[in-house]
Amino acid sequence: MERLVEIERLKKRFGPITAVNDLSFNVVRGEVLGFLGPNGAGKSTTMKMITGFLAADHGRVRIAGIDLSDDPVAVKRRVGYLPEGAPLYGDMTPAGFLDFVAELRGFRGADKSRKVAAAVDRTHLRSVLHQRSETLSKGFKRRVGLAQAILHDPEVLVLDEPTDGLDPNQKHEVRSLIRTMAPRKAIILSTHILEEVHAVCTRALIIAGGNVVADGTPAELEARSRRHNSVVLVIRGQEQEARRKALRSLPGVCAVEVLGSASDTVRYQVYPNEGSQVLAPVSRLAHDQSWDVLELYTERGRLDEVFRDITVEKMAMT
Amino acid sequence: MSNIWIVFKRELSAYFSTPIAYVFLVIFVFLAGVFSFYLGSLFERGQADLMPFFTFHPWLYLFLVPALAMRLWAEERRGGTIELLLTLPLTVTQAVLGKFLAAWAFTGIALLLTCPIWITVNYLGNPDNGVILAGYLGSLLMAGAFLAIGSCMSAATRNQVIAFIVAAVVSLMFVLSGFPLVLDFFSGWAPEVVVEAISSFSFLSHFDAIGKGVIDVRDLIYFVSLIAFWLYANTLVIESRKAN
Repeated sequence: MERLVEIERLKKRFGPITAVNDLSFNVVRGEVLGFLGPNGAGKSTTMKMITGFLAADHGRVRIAGIDLSDDPVAVKRRVGYLPEGAPLYGDMTPAGFLDFVAELRGFRGADKSRKVAAAVDRTHLRSVLHQRSETLSKGFKRRVGLAQAILHDPEVLVLDEPTDGLDPNQKHEVRSLIRTMAPRKAIILSTHILEEVHAVCTRALIIAGGNVVADGTPAELEARSRRHNSVVLVIRGQEQEARRKALRSLPGVCAVEVLGSASDTVRYQVYPNEGSQVLAPVSRLAHDQSWDVLELYTERGRLDEVFRDITVEKMAMT
Repeated sequence: MSNIWIVFKRELSAYFSTPIAYVFLVIFVFLAGVFSFYLGSLFERGQADLMPFFTFHPWLYLFLVPALAMRLWAEERRGGTIELLLTLPLTVTQAVLGKFLAAWAFTGIALLLTCPIWITVNYLGNPDNGVILAGYLGSLLMAGAFLAIGSCMSAATRNQVIAFIVAAVVSLMFVLSGFPLVLDFFSGWAPEVVVEAISSFSFLSHFDAIGKGVIDVRDLIYFVSLIAFWLYANTLVIESRKAN
């Protein structure tokens, strides 16, 4: 696989604070890497260093084989970047701004118009093209930032919270835009929204305290969850305690939790032993006992829990 | 080169897309007129030249040029657009030059708009237009030096008011170092070399020389190297403190 982004032992300090500490990772073509981490984990700082805005104190950044410190302009040509908060020149219109960016990206004449038009269409900006940027809504501002980042069809896209401030429909649009571009590019995006990781990312990197604390596909990260492969069962009727005991005594079950009862239904969560599957025994038991089952499903795990477990642990250590 | 031109175009049109440009131009032309006709007694002197007009330029620039330069970088910092600009494929030097040249061209436009004063003098008498042209050239060069200082100060902060005040104070030192007030203070006890050196740093002495119609290479070099120095400092400031 072609490595488009290579990050090697990156370090950055701001006075007494170590923002990024010995961070290394690679991104290959076709990968969408989700950057997760609590606020202040070093996500934005890392992105600023990858795009050449901030110089690292230590370490190397290579984009498409070019070392950032050797030829920053060549690297910047290959990268599209949406900075945090999608800053724009307030006194410019999106049309003027995209024209400016296209010229600095080296496009002229008809080619320039074509590139700008393509970016405008992909981000649905047509209706606000001639409105001053400072009067645009948050969603439109973000889309102008996105249009600017994808205008030159870069090999590497770095997006700092691309869906922040968008409504659910706009989020959906941006995510599908990212998915359609993904096969030809290496994309790094940071987010606070864990469902987004499922929706677009092929790989997730959790960073905390300037370090990588977890790295894997969203499914792999979910498998770390306590609830991974556990079975949720919702039954009508009381007799809570007896049923809990019955579930607990099934083979392969290590614990049963009562998640709460509403009016006349009770929600149980059945945790398996390491490596066991308990859906079949649970469903057989429910059938044999003729329980009035409303819901029965296996949980894949919860990314937010994994995230919390990993990052809280890391924060406690430092 | 083309990157400088692209930044230049954006920056210059940014001046005109807000009221700043018009307010600045009106105030500049108005004050230039007031200074030369009232304080400089352009008519009463009975001489067909623009000395009274040019004499007040350093003082006019002292507070107007920092006002023009203060937004150059401070605004990019405050709005976060500096991150956009500096992750586009251009060098910091190109960005600095493009912005500086746009502001300089803008002061050039302001200077051009004072041409009614020149027309007046030509209508009333027969001035030496070569001297007047030299005066305009000197004035433009001096404006460039003020601007380079202002641009550098603007790069150091995200607060435009601070950028304005610091730039005005630094500029004032460059103006005053040729003033009798300062020179007399030193001439009593300091060796003549020192006094000469202090005086040679002054905008005034170099500007006066050009304004008299004497275009000395040394005066040109003085202003050009001053501009180069402050713009170089400007790039260093940006390179070293990109984050806030």
